[in-house]
Amino acid sequence: MKAAVVVFPGSNCDRDCKVAVERSTGAPVEMVWHQETTLPAGVDLIVLPGGFSYGDYLRCGAIAALSPIMPAVKDAADRGVAVLGICNGFQMLCEAGMLPGALLRNAGLKYVCKPVELDVTNAQTRFTAAYGSKRRVRMTQGNGDGNYFADAETLDRIEGEGQVVFRYVDNPNGSARDIAGIVSARGNVLGMMPHPDRAFEPELGSADGADLFRSVMASA
Amino acid sequence: MSLKAKVHVYLKPGVLDVQGKAVEGALHGLGWGDVANVRVGKTIEFDLKSADRAAAEAEVKAMCEKLLANTVIEGYRVEVA
Repeated sequence: MKAAVVVFPGSNCDRDCKVAVERSTGAPVEMVWHQETTLPAGVDLIVLPGGFSYGDYLRCGAIAALSPIMPAVKDAADRGVAVLGICNGFQMLCEAGMLPGALLRNAGLKYVCKPVELDVTNAQTRFTAAYGSKRRVRMTQGNGDGNYFADAETLDRIEGEGQVVFRYVDNPNGSARDIAGIVSARGNVLGMMPHPDRAFEPELGSADGADLFRSVMASA
Repeated sequence: MSLKAKVHVYLKPGVLDVQGKAVEGALHGLGWGDVANVRVGKTIEFDLKSADRAAAEAEVKAMCEKLLANTVIEGYRVEVA
């Protein structure tokens, strides 16, 4: 079992993700610079971390989505390797076309940083299986552009296919249909705005994020 | 020849433009109450060497599709002169 965290210029949760995965699962985590064109052999999980890659210039995640490492990430996803994009990582996955929709400026215009309650709306994904019958989790969120948008047809489709994995209990940013996290049609790519990497030990206010990392590593 | 390209990128109709709403509120506050439907977009300008204008325009459109606009939420308009 092995995981990789991709580091972009402006990433600021890369270390958090490494520590979170290591402490939650015991799996070693390699850091991969975005200019690389290959991933370490045999990775079971690729994490695109939060932060402000390229200063959020043009659009959040847009330039990072075209980084030299991204073809290797797409290729791994096509082979069924798990890919987790958190916050800025979620924005990158949408920009790269690996997940449907886009993240707009928060409806209230403010950067919102606070713990959020989430409903686990699909506990049968490889990212959420460890939640079992637990349907309410708590994680911290911090973003200015976390307002999930997709056209009505896409929203209907992803809801119908069980691709909506997390919903906000109290929507902090205007996201369509309270969506906080979605998986790809195949189920191996998860993008979410709240941070499991900031909620993996009780000392952080919640340990609910740890189960997500345990789920996905156990599924490998 | 060297051409000047201007790309206008804007949120599609129906996509909530919170910046536009905030600017509209400020204009109303200044007394311009008749202002409605404010949308905030961006303009990207650059020079481009190309054999002719039509080819340059096609190049710039390709740039929009690949990077300059996110067509899930944004539309764009290209001017090449």
